[in-house]
Amino acid sequence: MDSGTNGTKLVAPELTGAEIVIRCLEAEGVEYVFGYPGGAVLFIYDELFKQDKVKHVLVRHEQGATHAADAYSRASDKVGVCLVTSGPGVTNAVTGIATAYMDSIPMVVISGQVPTHAIGLDAFQECDTVGITRPCVKHNFLVKDVRDVAATIKKAFHIARTGRPGPVVVDIPKDVTTARCRFEYPESIAMRSYNPTVKGHPGQIKKAAQLILDAKRPMVYTGGGVILSDASVQLKRLVKMLGYPCTNTLMGLGGYPATDPQFLGMLGMHGTYQANMAMQHCDVLLAIGARFDDRVIGNPAHFGSVPRKIVHVDIDPSSISKRVKVDVPIVGNVREVLDELVKLLDGQTGKIDQRALKAWWAQIDLWRAKDCLRYDRAAMIIKPQFVIEKLYEATGGDAIVTSDVGQHQMWAAQFYKFDKPRRWINSGGLGTMGFGLPAAMGAQFANPGATVACVTGEASFMMCMQELSTCKQYRLPIKIVNLNNRYMGMVRQWQQFFHGNRYSESYMDALPDFVKLAESFGHVGMRIEKPTDVEPALREALKRKDDLVFLDFITDQAENVYPMVPGGKGISEMILAEDL
Amino acid sequence: MNAPVASPYTLPVTEAKAMRHIISILLENEPGALSRVAGLFSARGYNIESLTVAPTEDASLSRMTIVTTGSDDVIEQITKQLNKLIEVVKLVDLSEAPHIERELMLIKVRATGKDREEMKRMADIFRGRILDVTETTYTIELTGTGSKLDAFIEALDKAAILETVRTGASGIARGERVLRV
Repeated sequence: MDSGTNGTKLVAPELTGAEIVIRCLEAEGVEYVFGYPGGAVLFIYDELFKQDKVKHVLVRHEQGATHAADAYSRASDKVGVCLVTSGPGVTNAVTGIATAYMDSIPMVVISGQVPTHAIGLDAFQECDTVGITRPCVKHNFLVKDVRDVAATIKKAFHIARTGRPGPVVVDIPKDVTTARCRFEYPESIAMRSYNPTVKGHPGQIKKAAQLILDAKRPMVYTGGGVILSDASVQLKRLVKMLGYPCTNTLMGLGGYPATDPQFLGMLGMHGTYQANMAMQHCDVLLAIGARFDDRVIGNPAHFGSVPRKIVHVDIDPSSISKRVKVDVPIVGNVREVLDELVKLLDGQTGKIDQRALKAWWAQIDLWRAKDCLRYDRAAMIIKPQFVIEKLYEATGGDAIVTSDVGQHQMWAAQFYKFDKPRRWINSGGLGTMGFGLPAAMGAQFANPGATVACVTGEASFMMCMQELSTCKQYRLPIKIVNLNNRYMGMVRQWQQFFHGNRYSESYMDALPDFVKLAESFGHVGMRIEKPTDVEPALREALKRKDDLVFLDFITDQAENVYPMVPGGKGISEMILAEDL
Repeated sequence: MNAPVASPYTLPVTEAKAMRHIISILLENEPGALSRVAGLFSARGYNIESLTVAPTEDASLSRMTIVTTGSDDVIEQITKQLNKLIEVVKLVDLSEAPHIERELMLIKVRATGKDREEMKRMADIFRGRILDVTETTYTIELTGTGSKLDAFIEALDKAAILETVRTGASGIARGERVLRV
């Protein structure tokens, strides 16, 4: 090692692999690790026990650990960390890893592995972790030498949080956790094969600025990239100075304030009429940190049948011109590119054709007048949309809302107006049922004082409900809003529309009494059956600052999510409530 | 106005012509790097016609040559997705410019009676080398483009071919262009 000028040797201490793992996490400033112990990670757990800087959250199933770590990241901007054992520990974590991968969430998963000498011999609790997780991680490592542990963990965090973020798995055999070597955490890391582009190309940004100024029917379409790069301030500045309409994807909600008049609502399969129509009929589209996926633009051929110029800003070159050809691609970090764009456009906005823009807004207002999200407010049974509206009011629009997957997810996205980023946490890409509750845990750990609501349905909830026990252990005062319609609602809706009302296996029979279920875990349960009881129940639940409250809303079984773009159709070919 | 698309998961069939491309990749010589590349092709439904890989003069790097077919859009995605792999250091689509490609074939043929002389002549015409001789067989080494090797096989009597093994194409750019770190 280095010798000091006075001749004394400065020698780094010799530590075990397990100690090194914990010291690395400490050096990365990791506050919480979500995990579950097992044979292959016993030495790491032993080191966790001996210190108090890195806190461990014991989940009840490894899927919960990954979702919690994922949502911890989404609700904070830090890297989420989980720790699982070999074999089933890893396979249980795969769903959560794939969820984070699809939504580009920075996460580091440390997994135990059987000792190096046993690898490949079908040892107890052995699985090919690197092989199983390879298609659903940004990168993964098997560390076979204790001298590589520190550098690998450094790389893992670096890869997870830079470029297009994503989950990274570090698989550590048990004997590596007991072997010893000198420990020094590298301060920086250089990888010749990994240098993501951050700055946008100035020439391309200039071209984009010109297109934006020349637009007659402009549209700004933004996605999760705005949230991930913390660019909502820049986005708002840009959209406000231009006076253009803006829409967010499901992953991008909160990127632009939903209560702003220039916001057209979410777009896509269950997007608003005005957002989808404006998307289809604009002449210049500024796409920022979004990827034109199938749930957003529907049939790409239909979308491409209307001529328009597209500017696409994304950090991942492979997201550009994947489903839709674009005219001005800009590869770079969304925040940096928006900063440059704002700088370029500042003082230039006088060049915008205000007459054309006014006519475009008049058209948009006509589309808006369709009031596509309206529903029967006078109904005698609880409408799910009504619950979300009341949740929005009761929380002052300032809660962190997690959701599971299905109809309730779409209603939450449509009716809870997110004004700030990192308040809306859902599995948009993979569509993982069971995400909501563990995600709420992660969000609560990241924001101890905040109101965290988990909007769920009875089917989704039961996929990870064991985490109610974790919530009790850590006293997490989550408010669970269960929109209980006794159906897998979205499956039922598709079966109603496209499968001749044959509700094949989409009915939830033999449901538990959710009030008693919550109580059995030591929580508070409430069952709400009348519309007039919705708001008082929500307010009562929010008053209970220290309790997890499970609100079981018995909702209209037949309610559908509108508007809806059927599979394979163009986004302007929506089914509206009135069409039926 | 609607293109017939069965489901949102079905991309419209592009009528763009699929072309043969030869992609050269420098990647970190690490365990698992090959499976990442191979996995990418199967996961995203890209074609692999052939794939060859071996370490370079710098032992920390491997050089891989992939022959694939696809429309321009697909090839663009393939190169972008490959570049996204953490272990890929650099890549180039050799087919974009003049390049040389070579493949090695070892072929064992029946060489008896009057065919024995004929086999020798064929090997000479194609500039093959006979590496191993028995009383009844020749084992011939042949190097060239894939189509030359195809042509050799075509020229032989099918019944005479006992075994063939081909390496798949390796490629390098012509002239001053180099692919290195």
